[in-house]
Formats: sequence, C-alpha cells, structure tokens
Amino acid sequence: MIIASNVTKQFGKMKALDNVSLKCNKGECIALIGPNGSGKTTLIKTVLGMVVCDSGFITFNDKNILHDWEYRRHIGYMPQTGRYPENMTIGQVLDMMKDIRNNKNGTLDDELINRFELGALLNKRMRTLSGGTRQKVSASLAFLFNPDVLILDEPTAGLDPVASEILKEKIIAEKKKGKLIWITSHILSELDDLVTQVIYMQDGKLCFHKSIENLREDTGEQKLSKAIATVMLKSGK
Amino acid sequence: MKKIIKYVIIDILRNKIMLAYTLFLLVISFSIFNLEDNSSKGLLSMLNIILIIVPLVSMLFSAIYVYNSSEFLELLVSQPLKRRSIWLSLFAGLACSLSVAFFIGAGIPILLYEATATGFMMLATGLILSVIFVSIAMLAAVITRDKAKGIGVTILLWLYFSLIFDGLVLFILFQFADYPLEKAMVGISGLNPVDLSRILILLNLDESALMGYTGAVFKNFFGTQSGMFLAFFVLLLWILMPLWLSVRKFGRKDL
Repeated sequence: MIIASNVTKQFGKMKALDNVSLKCNKGECIALIGPNGSGKTTLIKTVLGMVVCDSGFITFNDKNILHDWEYRRHIGYMPQTGRYPENMTIGQVLDMMKDIRNNKNGTLDDELINRFELGALLNKRMRTLSGGTRQKVSASLAFLFNPDVLILDEPTAGLDPVASEILKEKIIAEKKKGKLIWITSHILSELDDLVTQVIYMQDGKLCFHKSIENLREDTGEQKLSKAIATVMLKSGK
Repeated sequence: MKKIIKYVIIDILRNKIMLAYTLFLLVISFSIFNLEDNSSKGLLSMLNIILIIVPLVSMLFSAIYVYNSSEFLELLVSQPLKRRSIWLSLFAGLACSLSVAFFIGAGIPILLYEATATGFMMLATGLILSVIFVSIAMLAAVITRDKAKGIGVTILLWLYFSLIFDGLVLFILFQFADYPLEKAMVGISGLNPVDLSRILILLNLDESALMGYTGAVFKNFFGTQSGMFLAFFVLLLWILMPLWLSVRKFGRKDL
C-alpha cells in the first residue's frame, strides 16, 4: 500500500532520512521504533506530504504522492503534538474537519468521541485544553473518517491509563478490520499485543524491518522491549 | 476552496483588529472631510493617509495572521486538500476582509463627500493597494520561518515602499540632474506600487501642475487611456507576482 524508495531528506547539515526504503501492506500493524531524533516523525511527515523529500519517492496505492493530495483521504493522522487553531472550540474543530473531509460514502466513526466523553467539552476553546485532552481530540479526529491507513505518532503520550486503554482497544479493533496501522512509541510494553511488524530506525537510516516473530527468534527474547534493548546494545557496540 | 475561505474569514472577523481598523479609517475620513471646507482639498489629505496607513496595516496584519495560523495550516496540509488551494484561500480571505474594511472605512466617506472621478480613482487604488500588500506580506511570511524576523522584514519592506524608495529616486534625480530622466521616471515609478498609485490619483487633481516637467511627462503618459490601463496592469502584476512566488514556495515548504 505504501512503498518508499530511497527517500532522503536533509535539514541543513543533518540527514533526517537517509536512503529509506520500505514497503507496507494492508492488515499490517507496524511499530516505528528508534531513539529520539532518528527520523520517525520525519518519515511520517514525508508520507503525509507535510515534508517534501529531497530525493527518492513514495507511492500510495501505486500512485506517486508528489503533487497528489487525494490520497490523504485514506489516511488518519494523529500528530505527536496536536496543533489546532487556538481560538476555535472542540466542536468547531470537529465540524470544520467534517466539512473539509466531506466523505459522503463513508459513515463517521465517532466511537472515540463518545468514549472519551468529548461531547461535554464541545464548547471549550482549544487553547484552554490540557495536553491529554488535546491528544484525545487528535485521536478522535484520526479515527473519525474511517480511513484505510492510520498513522499514530506517539498516541498514548499524555493520555491517562483509562484513555490509553480505550485507544488501545480501538487500535486492535481497527487492526482486525484489515487496516494498515503505523505506530511510533517509546513505551514498548504497550506495543507487544498490538504490532505485527517492527521497523527500527537510527540516525535517519532504516536498520531493519522484520515481523515480530522473526525479531523474537533473532534475539531470543519474547518481550518487544527486551528484544529492542538487545538490538540497541548490539548496534551501540 | 470555498470552505477554507469561509473558515479564514470567520476567524478574521472574530479578530477585533479588523473592526478597529475599519473604525479608525472611518473616523479619520469623516474628520478630514469635515475639517476642510473644500472636499477636493480633503481628498488630498486623504491621499497621504491612505498611502501610508493602508500598506502598513495590510502588510502587518497579513504577516501576523499567517504566522498565527501556522497551526491551522499544519492541520489543513495533513488533510486531503491541495496546498495551492489552502494558500490561495488564505490569500483570498485576507484580501477580502482588508478590502471590505477599506471600502467601509474610507470608501463610503469618499463616495459620500467626493463621488468624482478622482474619488473613484482613490477608492480603486486603495483597494488594489490593500490586496498588493497582502500578497507581498504573504511572500515575506512564507520565506522567513521565524515570526519576529518575518514581521521585521515586512516593516522594512513597508519603510522601503513608502520612504526609502522615494529617497533613492530623489538621490538618483539629483545625481543625474544633467540628463533627461523624465521618461525614465515613468518606468521607475512602476517599481513601487505606492508611487504609482500616488501618481494616478495626483494626475486627476489639479495639483499635478505643481510637479513641473516630470509631471507633464507623467500627464502625457498616464493621462491617456492606454497609459492608465498599463498602470493598472502593472499594479495587477504587483498582486500576481508575489502571490505566484509565494504559492510556489509554500508548495515545497516543510511544515
């Protein structure tokens, strides 16, 4: 579904993405893992077209995403830090997004809005929201339009345990529907029962892209956190 | 695209600055026309105020607005929307609201007190100037990432167009006083939309006789129908060129 070939992006002298190639298919749930500043968010932003890569290309459903914009209809994106127009209320933001995305065929999936109980907060302005509530809005927006691909950048950072459990259940439910899901997270323990594949990045390079079974075999560890720790120690040497 | 324009305009209307700008222009216009017993004299005083205030407010407001809506832009770019239509909608929203503010604040008094050809010319150039400076400010804002730097650049640009450019022209005129520069001045005036607007309005007033031989050349050139069309074409270019550059720049910008 998403194929990236030799994608390179430079910010000044720093190579944020260095010759990254990968291939993702429907029904996969992929964990993007790597140390801070390893290019995870940049990779996500290039897929969304928010960052334009210097060389290489990305295709979405066999169509190059450069100069294309329609493909974003199939993506639900939850940013690391949700930034919204500060003097709009939650209700206005939700209405605006519904108005802009305007998907006539698909039904709206407002399960998260209901379960996060955002209905009671609809008149609150975005600037008055706490970080966690903002994350709830971001998550609700990502799932609202029933997209085929979900890209979640540190979804549970800042969420309370109840909310992150709700979100996890939702991710598992969507995975069962055969959607492609990308998750970045530093809390590896919560990824254990979610992901089917692991992409490990370091210094802008894609170190490996394996299924979780292969990773467990190669490292001899059952838990993802331990397996990744083994990999990180090895690459550190 | 219509939807985004709608949200931009709603957001600008919620901003009290726009209302303040309109009221400010209204108060100034009415007081000028009421102070002068001769309304064409009033028009001359209006001219200077319009040529200074309209570019300044258009530019500063647009630049600050673009920086403040960076969250909004970021949100929209990750949605199924063309970058070009996002940027053009922002431009349309800003240009519309600033033009409407100018029309209500200065246009209505002009139409009430001085509904002559000169008045209409002032109204038209004022509206075009509002849009030109929105376009220039958006170019400055898309090129400079830092907000403080970007606003500094727009203030410098405003200084350039309303003061420094005239100083440079005077300097050139004095240095090359021995050469016949009158014809070249017509071309040079096209390099600054504020000057071009001033000339277009002044030529409609009798005071153009005070501009000496250069004024006569201007009158010969801009006084004709084709000269006037050319002048408006140049003003249109001042809208389109910065806008085109900023659209291109925004299309490849990393957010």
